[in-house]
Amino acid sequence: MKRKALYVSVLIALSQLGGCASLGVQPWERDLLAKDEMALGAEGIDLGLDDHIYFSKEATSGGRSFAGGGCGCN
Amino acid sequence: MQLSNKGSIATALAGATCALLGQSPAHAETETSMLKDWKFDTAILYYGETDRVSLAEGVISATKTNDDDSIFNVKLVLDTLTGASANGAVAQPTVQTFSRPSGKDSYQVAAGETPLDDTFRDTRVQLASSWMQPFADTWRGTAGFNVSKEYDYMSLGVNGLLEKDLFQRNTTLSAGLSYQFDSIDPVGGKPTPLSSMMIPADYDDEFEDEGEGEDDDHGSGNNSGEDKTTLDMLFGVTQVINRRMLMQFNYGLSLVDGYTTDPYKVLSVINTNGVTQDLIYENRPDTRTKHSFFWQTKYAMDNGVVDLSYRFATDDWDINSHTIDSRLRFNLSDNSYIQPHVRYYQQSAADFYQPYLNQSDELPMYASADYRVGEMAAYTLGLKYGRKLDNGHEWAVRAEYYQQDPKNAGFAQPGVLADLDLYPSVKAVILQFNYHF
Repeated sequence: MKRKALYVSVLIALSQLGGCASLGVQPWERDLLAKDEMALGAEGIDLGLDDHIYFSKEATSGGRSFAGGGCGCN
Repeated sequence: MQLSNKGSIATALAGATCALLGQSPAHAETETSMLKDWKFDTAILYYGETDRVSLAEGVISATKTNDDDSIFNVKLVLDTLTGASANGAVAQPTVQTFSRPSGKDSYQVAAGETPLDDTFRDTRVQLASSWMQPFADTWRGTAGFNVSKEYDYMSLGVNGLLEKDLFQRNTTLSAGLSYQFDSIDPVGGKPTPLSSMMIPADYDDEFEDEGEGEDDDHGSGNNSGEDKTTLDMLFGVTQVINRRMLMQFNYGLSLVDGYTTDPYKVLSVINTNGVTQDLIYENRPDTRTKHSFFWQTKYAMDNGVVDLSYRFATDDWDINSHTIDSRLRFNLSDNSYIQPHVRYYQQSAADFYQPYLNQSDELPMYASADYRVGEMAAYTLGLKYGRKLDNGHEWAVRAEYYQQDPKNAGFAQPGVLADLDLYPSVKAVILQFNYHF
């Protein structure tokens, strides 16, 4: 039941994205979005190092990118 | 006139230098322009837990952007880990003796202390590479591989990602697939699940320093390695909201099949008074299906960036987790910034997690006392300072504090366990230095 509610809420969230066509900017309005620090994966090295730490210390991994397999960390 | 004189002196000097180096000026120019397309990201990181594990890690990542906007990346990671890790057994009011993974000798843990196995010592090398190719104007394809090797572990993986831009590149859809093959060859062999840990008869301090480097047969185990495969699927939507904001939503499905047990972890089997009667090796299910929902938003302020993300993950081990991560970048000037980082994480316990087993109960099929699959909350507080130099290079330094607070998910603490701390916090510092050129 709980799982069903989750799927329904995800479907609703996804259906909202259909309206995204009206969102957005014109190509000449990308001055701020084009900055390096606005990239979703900015600071990729930090994110990679953090992923390695949390992967080995917590039960959940991934989300931003692949959960992966990897080390037999202690 | 003076200027042209200077120019000819510079040309002459360049010529002389090239002559000394044994190459033509034209050749040197080609090399400079070749390197010009390459960007290097390097970092060194120290991670240290109080009385437990410490890790030093170095990363070098090289990225080349080609004329057709395709991007090639290669990344090398080296890390070395030493220190102690909780072995899963409960603390006792008396001294406890455990076998080292090699099975050849033993170590002792003081009364009242959380049992830590201090044998861990490992070096890992990881190599990853990817190629991103734009095509048909609004499509991008990325293919990559990664290899990672530790003393007792090997991991090989391939991955692919397809992206499509829509609506004047305001919306991007992505679909990715990753396949990972891991192989573990435990020190001392794989222990038989739920079998007793054999304690070598003679405890001898002489052997205390013997590390995981030993590759001897384990008393109760066999010597064969074990494999695990992980198939990941990732579907994402990225949307530009307005001139200042963009958002991403990802759904990830992860199918794990194979050996998920930690061969170095045990559980205490206790009597009704909480006194340990036996130590048995843990056993985890050989499949795991995970779902993750990830949302991230970035907002450009006049003098900085807000980066906020939330992840919900759930799996068929009954582990549900929530993660909130935020980074706030404040530009101090045109070429420097500070960035506070706050992260909060919370997970529920796996259905087979138990801090100990009762002697009077039947052995379950699966059991683990590893606190990392138990109920837990954790937080990270950090600060980063970054600076761009006149030559375009950048450096940054980051300091963080990370604390894990394992929680009792409703288990009793009978007899002698009542006064002992079975869920000690783990505290760590993270220090990092980055250099980009």
